[in-house]
Amino acid sequence: MKGILGRKVGMTQVFEEGLAIPVTVIEVGPCYVTQKKDLKSDGYTAIQIGFDETSHKRISKGELQHLKQNQIPALRHLSELRVNEEDLAGYTVGQKLDAEIFAVGELVDVIGTSKGRGFQGGIKRHNFNRQPKSHGASDRVRAPGSAGSGTTPGRTMKGQRGPGHMGNRRVTVQSLSVVRVDAERNMLVVRGAIPGPKGGLVFVRGARKQG
Amino acid sequence: MQHPLLQSLEPEAHPNIPELRIGDTVRVHARIVEGSRERIQVFQGVVIRVSGSDKTAGSNFTVRRVASHGVGVERTFMLHSPRIEKVEVLRHNKVRRSRLYYLRGRTGKAARLKEVGK
Repeated sequence: MKGILGRKVGMTQVFEEGLAIPVTVIEVGPCYVTQKKDLKSDGYTAIQIGFDETSHKRISKGELQHLKQNQIPALRHLSELRVNEEDLAGYTVGQKLDAEIFAVGELVDVIGTSKGRGFQGGIKRHNFNRQPKSHGASDRVRAPGSAGSGTTPGRTMKGQRGPGHMGNRRVTVQSLSVVRVDAERNMLVVRGAIPGPKGGLVFVRGARKQG
Repeated sequence: MQHPLLQSLEPEAHPNIPELRIGDTVRVHARIVEGSRERIQVFQGVVIRVSGSDKTAGSNFTVRRVASHGVGVERTFMLHSPRIEKVEVLRHNKVRRSRLYYLRGRTGKAARLKEVGK
């Protein structure tokens, strides 16, 4: 398993074999391996990845010292990636990761935080249907309708969908293919859309589901 | 302002497409792929819409022609598509708006355009 942190830059389109394909540009890395977790000391194997160099004043002293120990500059974001034992040996603390860990044609998963939509009704949030606009139903057009049955069971079922907060949650988009890789400019281009606003932090990892 | 990484993916202007003006009568040589075979189809008509420019990704233009039995046919081509072989501008017509949708409601003599400078 491999992964890297980055920022969503925006979408555009490129031509591949005569067809226009929609792509998202991600500015990935450079990232550092900031810590290795092994079975002996942590009970599982993982690497910690840091991204986005910043001023030492911007991060907590605890985090700063954690990075300083290994001569790594101050980084704004830290994130963990589970790796198996063999892969763990291939990483060293302080190692730099860039876009080149992925190759064109490879499949990746992109994890981000979706755009916050605030409190939304059932129609926008869960694709409920609207009620009739006419036949005397003037104020019920976008209402959710019934939330359940009658005296039996006499309550609303758990998990009943309804209005509420929408967006601003962790979203994973699986199996996007890599269209361009440019390590020099830290650019990764994937086919399709990814969650979050432009400038939003995203985590790109090798796809869980291949093919 | 556009992010430099996005800028770097913007396509270069198509070498065989001259600057298109609204109202131009053009011949578009489009490459048609049928399975493994490729052939070139020519579509001649009036440019009734150009969206975007030759510097932005995703821009396109629409060509209208009146086919047999007076049936109007409109095709939209992507300005940067490698499937376009070339575009010839046959004449510039005098028009006063950027979208010539009014041509759709006209047939025969009423649908003619005057050439620029004549």
